[in-house]
Amino acid sequence: MNPIPVESLHKTLSDQSLQTAIYDSTARLMLKRRNAVTPVPEFQELRSQANRIKQHAIENLDYYLEQLEQNVMRRGGKVVWARDAAEAVGFVRTLCKDKGVRRIVKSKSMTTEEIELNHELEKDRIDVVETDLGEYILQLANEKPYHIVAPALHKTRFDVADIFTKELGVEREEVIEKQTMIARRVLREKFLTAEMGITGANYLIADSGAVVLVENEGNARLSSSAPRIQIAVAGIEKVIPRAQDLVTFLKVLGRSATGQPLTVYTSFLSGPRRPGEIDGPEEFYLLLLDNGRTKVLADKNKRQSLYCIRCGACLNHCPVYRKIGGHNYPWVYSGPIGAILSPQFHGVTQNPWLPFASSLCGACGEVCPVKIEIPKILLELRSDITKAQSTAGGGGLERFAFRLFAFVMRRPGLYRFLTGLAPRMFPGKQGEWLRDVPSWMKWGPVTGWLSQRDLPPPPEQNFREMWRVRQRQSRPERQRQSSEVR
Amino acid sequence: MSREAVLHKVRTALGRAPGQSPGEPPAVRIRILKIGIEQRIQQFREAIEKLNGKAYQADSKLDARAYAERLLAGKRGVASSAPFLMECGIPSISGVVSGLTDRLALREACATCDIGITSADYALADTGTLVMLSSAEEARMISLLPPCHLAVVPRERLLTGLDELLDLLPVPSDRSSSMVLVTGPSRTADIEQILVRGVHGPGEIHVVWV
Repeated sequence: MNPIPVESLHKTLSDQSLQTAIYDSTARLMLKRRNAVTPVPEFQELRSQANRIKQHAIENLDYYLEQLEQNVMRRGGKVVWARDAAEAVGFVRTLCKDKGVRRIVKSKSMTTEEIELNHELEKDRIDVVETDLGEYILQLANEKPYHIVAPALHKTRFDVADIFTKELGVEREEVIEKQTMIARRVLREKFLTAEMGITGANYLIADSGAVVLVENEGNARLSSSAPRIQIAVAGIEKVIPRAQDLVTFLKVLGRSATGQPLTVYTSFLSGPRRPGEIDGPEEFYLLLLDNGRTKVLADKNKRQSLYCIRCGACLNHCPVYRKIGGHNYPWVYSGPIGAILSPQFHGVTQNPWLPFASSLCGACGEVCPVKIEIPKILLELRSDITKAQSTAGGGGLERFAFRLFAFVMRRPGLYRFLTGLAPRMFPGKQGEWLRDVPSWMKWGPVTGWLSQRDLPPPPEQNFREMWRVRQRQSRPERQRQSSEVR
Repeated sequence: MSREAVLHKVRTALGRAPGQSPGEPPAVRIRILKIGIEQRIQQFREAIEKLNGKAYQADSKLDARAYAERLLAGKRGVASSAPFLMECGIPSISGVVSGLTDRLALREACATCDIGITSADYALADTGTLVMLSSAEEARMISLLPPCHLAVVPRERLLTGLDELLDLLPVPSDRSSSMVLVTGPSRTADIEQILVRGVHGPGEIHVVWV
């Protein structure tokens, strides 16, 4: 069980430049989304349709996985199944050994982050290179992605200048365009010499046996087309039934993620290059990963968490993510979607604070392009955690507090007596909140709770008293009125 | 075996039997607008110009060739083997290599040339998108490695949008191992959300309608 990372949270919250970076980037992404969604009157209908298709695909997952497998094989591709990270990594390592692979180019893939593929391959002294600009910067800095679609969101041009100078030995460069061209030059060389390319998958298309990759830079196109061997690593939940479903998904994904009607490149890849085709990979592998997904699938209410298409909109719109950033979440998936995925993958008691790190404002659910009910799932997880803790004997004090509360609430006389005491115990001025809670109240676990809350001053007259007075004054008048009506 | 283990877990979680039918999936939502060719060309131009791409309407194949010649102006180009480029006389422009069928020779040319010249199988008007299917005539690398991409396309290949494309090609992988939708120049905003073009793919894109 990991405690709430208080120290790291304080560090993030007190770092002014980091706070500005997170706030500005997410604000821009929110604005871009709004500008792209507003002119599309059918956007809500597209979200509903995307939700319906995902629901159908997930509820019949085994059927579509088998159909997908058949269609990939029919086109000369190989399908590999992995129960967990170890099996997935093991397959890639063995394949690299068999094929003599020394260098791998990778395009952005949260799934490979999840299984920490790079780390494992580096043990075999394979040169694994992230080629998405943001991911490349983070690989050089040895950090995890900060955001699902904008991984280096927390890095400024000056940070990048430091990283490039130190890790690439180039002259210091602080102009973003020139920094980008440095990366282009270095990575171009890697693309042209790598024997293997590893990509993720935004969608797997059952009726076509295809992998769909959505991107802006061109690095996924290069990773999938330049090297001799291509591996697409995908979670089993990524499958959708038909290529024609893309009319719905592509229209919501780009708009929700970066405010683009379509991203620059959408690749629809199926198997190795065919006879006659001039270029493209000679070998094509689709690696299907479970790694905890079937566990999520088993919970009927929460399996909709697997509909996620990784657009990052819930992160941008989350008041909590926008303060604490990506690295305070315990896993590679951050923000509201991370807060519901992590407990389901790793068990609710692993990071019990996580589903509570939400104001339940509902923004994540409002913007989700596939309509995952994130706030509802957060509440269910809270309940799961509380249940797990109380069966483990935890939460005793809280239970006692609520029993006491219930005891008082069932006894009107006692309730009246206690609430009548309140004005005498808090001699605050009317209309002003009590910022200084009387010191006698600060004891034990209540201290922490009160240190973050103000108390409203108790009114001179409470509701019951007001009601009594009002009843007494108006009785004759009301009786007269009601007799007139009759 | 992992395959059986994963499928078994999926079926147990969902309470399904092997081979059980999934029932009808939700109806596909395809909406094709009726838009005339002139308006489509106009839409395409507006969309691609917003992305800093260029669209040019050529009067004739000769005019298309002249545009390519002006763009090349002493630079080196590599052209695909698309029959339509031949019809326009693109391969005979000086500085252009074409007809490469060897994978490594082609890659070498693409990695060193300034302009990659292709046609396109289709294009989408509403988003300013080129649709490139990889084949013996169109290699994947020509529209990807050079810093500038020029596409010369017959105007009847311009569709209204994604809906019409997938209505026409319901299973794109029946046609090719790779279909790529190209919407504007390659770009990134990974450093401080500042837009930079040409990060890995071409930073410049020109589309000539014939």
